Amino acid sequence: MSTAAEPLIFEHTSPGRYATAQAPAAQPLPEDIPAGLRREGAPLLPEVSELQVVRHYTRLSQQNFSIDTHFYPLGSCTMKYNPRACNSLAMLPEFLHRHPLALPDHSQGYLACMYELQETLKSVTGMKGVSLTPMAGAQGELAGVAMIHAYHAARGDTARTEIIVPDAAHGTNPATAIQCGMKVREIPTNAEGDVDFEALEAALGPQTAGIMLTNPSTLGVFERRIEEIAKKVHEAGGLLYYDGANLNAILGQVKPGAMGFDVIHMNLHKTFSTPHGGGGPGSGAVGVSARLEPFLPTPLVVQDGDGYRYADKDERPQSIGRLSAFMGNAGVLLRAYIYARMLGPEGMRRVGEFATLNANYLMTRLRERGFDLAFPGRRATHEFIVTLKRQKQELELTATDVAKRLLDHGFHAPTVYFPLLVPECLLIEPSETEERDVLDAFVEAMVAIWDEAKADIDKVKGAPYTMPVRRLDEVKAARELDLRWQPAAAE
Amino acid sequence: MCRANYSGGRRKSLPDFHRVFQDELMPFIPHTPEDTQAMLAACGVDSTEALFDEIPAHLRVRELDGVPPQLSEMQITRLMNQRATQDGMPLNFVGAGAYEHHIPAAVWQIATRGEFYSAYTPYQAEASQGTLQLIYEYQTMMASLMGLEVSNASLYDGASGLAEAVLMAGRANRKSKSLKVLLPESLHPYYRECVQAICALQGFELVSLPLRADTGTTDHAALAAHAGSDICAVVIPQPNLFGQLEDVDALTDWAAAQGALSIAVVNPTLAAVLKPPGAWGEAGVDIACGDGQPLGAPLSSGGPYYGFLCCKQKHVRQMPGRIVGRTVDLDGKPGYTLTLQAREQHIRRAKATSNICTNQGLVVTASTIYMSLLGPQGLANVATSCLERTRKLAQALCAIDGVERVYSGAYGHELALRLPRPAQPVLEALSARNIIGGFAPGRHYAGMDDVLIVCATETKTDEDIAAYAAALKEVLA
Repeated sequence: MSTAAEPLIFEHTSPGRYATAQAPAAQPLPEDIPAGLRREGAPLLPEVSELQVVRHYTRLSQQNFSIDTHFYPLGSCTMKYNPRACNSLAMLPEFLHRHPLALPDHSQGYLACMYELQETLKSVTGMKGVSLTPMAGAQGELAGVAMIHAYHAARGDTARTEIIVPDAAHGTNPATAIQCGMKVREIPTNAEGDVDFEALEAALGPQTAGIMLTNPSTLGVFERRIEEIAKKVHEAGGLLYYDGANLNAILGQVKPGAMGFDVIHMNLHKTFSTPHGGGGPGSGAVGVSARLEPFLPTPLVVQDGDGYRYADKDERPQSIGRLSAFMGNAGVLLRAYIYARMLGPEGMRRVGEFATLNANYLMTRLRERGFDLAFPGRRATHEFIVTLKRQKQELELTATDVAKRLLDHGFHAPTVYFPLLVPECLLIEPSETEERDVLDAFVEAMVAIWDEAKADIDKVKGAPYTMPVRRLDEVKAARELDLRWQPAAAE
Repeated sequence: MCRANYSGGRRKSLPDFHRVFQDELMPFIPHTPEDTQAMLAACGVDSTEALFDEIPAHLRVRELDGVPPQLSEMQITRLMNQRATQDGMPLNFVGAGAYEHHIPAAVWQIATRGEFYSAYTPYQAEASQGTLQLIYEYQTMMASLMGLEVSNASLYDGASGLAEAVLMAGRANRKSKSLKVLLPESLHPYYRECVQAICALQGFELVSLPLRADTGTTDHAALAAHAGSDICAVVIPQPNLFGQLEDVDALTDWAAAQGALSIAVVNPTLAAVLKPPGAWGEAGVDIACGDGQPLGAPLSSGGPYYGFLCCKQKHVRQMPGRIVGRTVDLDGKPGYTLTLQAREQHIRRAKATSNICTNQGLVVTASTIYMSLLGPQGLANVATSCLERTRKLAQALCAIDGVERVYSGAYGHELALRLPRPAQPVLEALSARNIIGGFAPGRHYAGMDDVLIVCATETKTDEDIAAYAAALKEVLA
């Protein structure tokens, strides 16, 4: 990790310089373009050489943590190894060159991959139909809730306007319900980490459109009464939405379809190991039970004789429609397909099995060294929660302090302060691709930070010390907005 | 040896599938049998199966019949190469929302460095300064390209980004009580479908603005019917689906006069030489969006691309998506962090401006490198080269009997041609000759079965254009 400050790319500018080998020769602006539609004044882009660009962005890359360089025990994010072959094969020139509007005779290779990916995802989730269109988990959620809405509307059941969401849910769940024009009804979680069943029963009624659940939940435990929940919700006329953020825990072990879910989104950038890319792109493919199948977002890939083609809204009139200009993040889908093929059915099962083993092992080791678990009586799934409530009371040591000090130990922080209902929460997910030595080293780092806090809490509160910057003033960032570089401001 | 570890304690009802494991079937999982044994012992269990004992047994997976068999890296390499070869490298003369440009080699070589490729969302700012500074640089470039004050860190793609822009306008336009949005027919039909699918859920009323048959642009006379009514926003594409240039100044001013917000949907390459949305009309547009694909993203079957979104400073708090700001650290050293997070779902939950979380970060990384390499001059060269190539193509194709321009007036790097026959079968015949000949809009517009929209970017040589003209002539003969 480099800590040397790197100037902004604009500060490398020399007017008139650019990577001339990469650009075509200048042409006059055609005369038919009216004067009133022409640009006056060039945009503020850097004027630099190719080497300057390569050096600048290589240096910036060295100021990042990444899976390739660091362990990322980020709960609910499934930061597992991204196999190199998935990238290189998805970037074969023909795949990169393929225009989304290419005709079927230039599409069969690509569409075969997409069709097989649809079938694979159907099989691992136990659903009846899959659409690959949604471009991230949140868009998958939007598709799912929109389908629930469309299903009720198609039956004339228009009073169903409420989506039930547990208090521990990802923020995207309530935000999605609102984005779909629904109302949100929050229900509590009990002390064991399960949904408060009585509160659920009380919330159900003729206004219930559905419930959004993550299972294993965001608390890192399996919802044990899932079948009863499904029965109750269905009896009330609602549908069940499965947030697939935690699918890695049960891949090849349990199918959401078997639990009674009607619709599921999968984060292929988590469970199917496509890269996070510093924030995206992801893929939020959706799967549905038979009754929601007509509502899937378009296009889908269908088999037609010996070949494959897209099916659009004209032949799927009940579809909720198109969520992207073309069909989702195709390059991400190719990476997920390649990963799925390299796992096969046995590998899929291994993923759930070893993700669970790693989490239980790490949880056990941390407990042995004195850390408190949020749900000590429960098995870990692929993740678990350590609460620093006691350390906060005794030492003023917070989850943020530990997160920042871990960076100095060469570990990315776990997910902190989520779920909100656990005080000083560290949500830890090691994933199946980490070896035991890494997990052991993480435990030692956690213990070292706790020991350090006992000796010198201020030292911990000042962390990190070895990153390119120390803790940043986020209040200043929000109050004195500086969202772009301006030449005048640089002087 | 390994098998014994995993079969211990399993129920007899489970099929062989659960028991038959071989040592080699551990893709990307580093555990040796000794590791596994020691870890199980530490957990106080004798098999991994015991770790799933909170899950009702009858729910456990019995088959994964739809999952194809495992392949080694060598085998999947062979398969993917076969499939790639099968699709080939046809000559592209289609745009319609995705444009083939030369992408400098450095762009994806740097973007796919592990430190960018496999990094997480930069929530831990101190460990993500590389990505954060890059996004700040991107925001600077994109805001300037659009002539506006603020850019976010990206949305999914152009179409869904426009849907977000419409939802944003609904929040930002406090004067308007309606959710009525005027959407020109000249806008790409896929964009219109996407806006419909996403915005109708929140009660937006999307009203079409008709197309003029002579100019292929929005019919300003039709605006009169809406004058004086409560309008939330007006969408203005530049260029439009047919490649035609809209009278953006007049549309922007008309929207402002109605108290409506204006939303530009633009091609970012052409923005290097066309008037940027921030300079349209008297006061510029409120929001500009579009697909960032032309700036460094390969065609790649439709994605991943990214949606860019820029706006006037006064609307920034209604923006969806991540935004990076510059600040200082404890020692006063400049640094970068995600900011205005109180708009976002992980903080605001049900009150967030959008449900978006993951965006298109890696493509933005590539795009920032692309814009840096080209600079203002290089990008202008790409734009003027595309304009020149498209005119050359128009000339070559219009020399064929029965082929003519559909519309008069200025156009960009795409244009609509009328053929002497229905366009779809012509496209199929061209495809058989290894040419993707354009986009046939007939499925989406009445009376346009014989229309073909074609595009030539800087990637097309004189020989390519001659080859297309020869093929089209042959097909039409």
